[in-house]
Amino acid sequence: MDYFLLSIVTFIPAISALILLVVARGNDAAAALVAKRFALFATGVTFFVSLFIIAQFEPENTGFQMVEEAEWIMGLKYKLGIDGISVLFVILTTFMMPIVIWASWGIEVRVKEYMIAFLLLETLMLGVFMALDLVLFYLFFEAGLIPMFLIIGIWGGANRVYASFKFFLYTLLGSVLMLIAMVVMYAEAGTTDIESLMLHQFAFDDFNLFGFQILGGTQTLLFLAFFASFAVKMPMWPVHTWLPDAHVQAPTAGSVVLAAILLKMGGYGFLRFSLPMFPVGSYIMTDFILWLSVIAIVYTSLVALVQSDMKKLIAYSSVAHMGYVTIGIFAANQQGIDGAIFQMLSHGFISGALFLCVGVIYDRMHTREIEAYGGLVNRMPAYALIFMFFTMANVGLPGTSGFVGEFLTLVGIFKVNTWIALLATSGVVLSAAYALWLYRRVMMGDLIKEALRTIQDMSLRERAVFAPLVFMTLLLGVYPVLALDLIGPSVQSLIDNYNSALSIAGIDGNTMIASH
Amino acid sequence: MIQNDLNLILPEIILSIFAMLALLFGVYRGQDKKTATLTLATAGLMLIVGMWMILGGSSSEAAFNNMFISDAFSRYAKALILLSSAAVLIMSLGYMLRHDLGRFEYPILIIFSVVGMMFMVSANDLMVLYLGLELQSLALYVVASIRRESLKSTEAGMKYFVLGALSSGLLLYGASLIYGYSGSTNFQSIIISLDSGSVSLGLMFGMILLVAGLAFKISAVPFHMWTPDVYEGSPTPVTAFLSTAPKIAAMALFARVVYDAFYVLISDWQQVVALMSVLSMFVGAIAAIGQTNIKRLMAYSSIAHMGYAMIGLASGTLLGLQAMLVYMAIYLAMNIGTFAFIMSMERDGQPVTDIGSLSQLGVKQPGRALAMLVLLFSLAGVPPLVGFFGKLYVLRAAYDAGLIWLAVMGVLASVIGAYYYLRLVYLMYFGEKQDLSLDIVKSPILPGFAATAAVVMVIGIINLFGIEAAASLAASSLIN
Repeated sequence: MDYFLLSIVTFIPAISALILLVVARGNDAAAALVAKRFALFATGVTFFVSLFIIAQFEPENTGFQMVEEAEWIMGLKYKLGIDGISVLFVILTTFMMPIVIWASWGIEVRVKEYMIAFLLLETLMLGVFMALDLVLFYLFFEAGLIPMFLIIGIWGGANRVYASFKFFLYTLLGSVLMLIAMVVMYAEAGTTDIESLMLHQFAFDDFNLFGFQILGGTQTLLFLAFFASFAVKMPMWPVHTWLPDAHVQAPTAGSVVLAAILLKMGGYGFLRFSLPMFPVGSYIMTDFILWLSVIAIVYTSLVALVQSDMKKLIAYSSVAHMGYVTIGIFAANQQGIDGAIFQMLSHGFISGALFLCVGVIYDRMHTREIEAYGGLVNRMPAYALIFMFFTMANVGLPGTSGFVGEFLTLVGIFKVNTWIALLATSGVVLSAAYALWLYRRVMMGDLIKEALRTIQDMSLRERAVFAPLVFMTLLLGVYPVLALDLIGPSVQSLIDNYNSALSIAGIDGNTMIASH
Repeated sequence: MIQNDLNLILPEIILSIFAMLALLFGVYRGQDKKTATLTLATAGLMLIVGMWMILGGSSSEAAFNNMFISDAFSRYAKALILLSSAAVLIMSLGYMLRHDLGRFEYPILIIFSVVGMMFMVSANDLMVLYLGLELQSLALYVVASIRRESLKSTEAGMKYFVLGALSSGLLLYGASLIYGYSGSTNFQSIIISLDSGSVSLGLMFGMILLVAGLAFKISAVPFHMWTPDVYEGSPTPVTAFLSTAPKIAAMALFARVVYDAFYVLISDWQQVVALMSVLSMFVGAIAAIGQTNIKRLMAYSSIAHMGYAMIGLASGTLLGLQAMLVYMAIYLAMNIGTFAFIMSMERDGQPVTDIGSLSQLGVKQPGRALAMLVLLFSLAGVPPLVGFFGKLYVLRAAYDAGLIWLAVMGVLASVIGAYYYLRLVYLMYFGEKQDLSLDIVKSPILPGFAATAAVVMVIGIINLFGIEAAASLAASSLIN
């Protein structure tokens, strides 16, 4: 509050991008190196400053903290703030960005523009997690499409045009319905302030629309409009199809940002908007979402099994893992939501690392076909070790953060709906199947492919890029309380508000769900 | 008495006298050699009068037996018209001279057209409305065919004239019906006769014909057919002019007719406007997809944008009117920037309009491409650029007026529309490599305009440059 810490963190990358745009000149290798170093420095500074947020954060305070507020146009507000739900996403973003930049050292074309795009993207992502005004949130949420569109389009693979358009239009279509819902909320509640909107009770009387009985009335419709946007962003089955394309075509760093941070916006949105603002709508739609999530887990795991492209395989595994997140969120109890947030964090590290792993061999061989590899362990022992570690984390091996997230969400859902829990758990087995099979095909066996005979193991820079990710995955795996203590109180208050809103509406959340 | 009346139309008088003096000067002294001086002098005068309009305050006065009205609403529209015309004149000077179009009639015709627009937005009587509209249109028909030796340009002028005459006929017929059934051409008298009792079918019919004639001027679907051809055929500076000032004037006139004279009939015109709005948004978005000529593409883009502005109009509320005014101001800024870019598209000294020539511009001329990138995303209404706020405004107005279906249609059309703006971005940044490339622009004026517009699109999100307050003042002066 006193010194605009959140704004500073949010806008350091944007200002750095502006400096890079205006100051940097030249197209030679030297200029490119300067741009890379500058971007790394800028994201590093952002991370460093963001540590002050963690230092000042008071976990037991469940309201918004470090709030900054200023009047804006149209009666809107520029308002930033964080609570236990958002603080870790902020740190995740600032933590991942230097890694992403450092992993992009191999970029050779239009380096300056590349760095500008990523720096702008960082500002927009941070803004999403901090915004406390509906329209401000939408602004950051949607604006991220522009740099991502360019990142996929300019630095992407062979089929990048298709992927970038699909990414942009798919997400835009999802989001415009949310925009309409926001306009409705603004008109109904008379404010766009997220804090006030959480206290506002939107109408939930049933009504008829084109002959359909809408249970939960306005709340359900608003929920569905937001759901359209967040479900695409998550992505949930069946609107996940943009993700594999976008992942495969994006440059490595783009895939990492997409998997580690952008996908989390959907889950964050459910927690920030759907549950607190439309409790009745959420409650009515819970079963629907749980079943969609289970289908996502089982179906996309099976699809992952048959992929021949490594990135695509990991992309489908991301969809499956996001299924646990939605299950956890809509279990609407402490373990479920704690687990969902934790799973998002841990998936950020793990899937980010897996895409970086693919990037390492892609940089050398320029192919992502699983067929083209085999027996890499013979020439690349260090790489094999790191890939092994993250494969295991992806599977959810106890001791890694992946286990904690999956376990908590499954415990949470088990208390609510055992069938869902049973089916979702089968996804754990399936994830072991596709992840280990991938590992076997790429790493194990004899090195018989001619092209691979001279492949080099990871350089010092590449190892250094992975070090913080390994550290965080292990740390959160063996000592999850570190994160859970931060998010626990805020989640507790979210659930209390949710349940009290339901009981006001005449629904006893726990007993009714349990009777399913 | 007469002195007060004359005082009120002093801006129009000054511009008219200037235009006539300029005509004499042009004829007797040097003809086309003085075009540059004349153009700059015209632009300068327009800027001065435009500033005068901005500083006009909030007084509301009528003149000439209530035929002419000067209020905050008309001053808002006049300021936009004058400033955008001045901008287009300054932008087009270099282009006109380079491409052998430096005729001294050009600025003079523009100024006559602007005077016509100023009368349009101040009209408080069907007669003045028609006079202003015709003065504006006749000057524009000539300007559209100013490239006399070009078949396309003359065709554009001809087409514009014939269809324009048709729409004038519709409008005039409507006006005569209104006169016949209400007994007056004055808006205040029409209101009184509408208030007094049942509305006759003839009056309703007249109003619909009037609306149809106005819809032609703002090129709303289904009266849009002329737009792509005229935009394509006219020289680019003329296209830039056509897509900016006349749209404001016609939209403001439209607003005055439906909000002032025929407000009582809101349930009737609201359906018509809402339907035209939906059609314009969708036709504009879908038909633009297949275009390869950037001027045709911009024609469809402007049709779609008029559709969004009409959402504000259709809502029939104070908020809706304000939203429309804000939208038009934003639209103006985006279009001026975009057309500055289009005017600067040349290859080997010849203007090109094929979008393929944008290929790889992001690599070859990063600065220009970046400005265009920002403008395109703003046109598409993607946040955080200013174009998004225009959309947000009209959506909110639509919901407030209970037209949520219109808002939903609007956002769906905006997703379709995003595609063709993205296609231009794609061409500039990651399209296939082509040998064709655009010339480097030497004069800083056009890139300057494009870059300024792009910067405005970005920093405008801080407070929209205070346009909100002006629009609110203007809107409330129309709705009492």
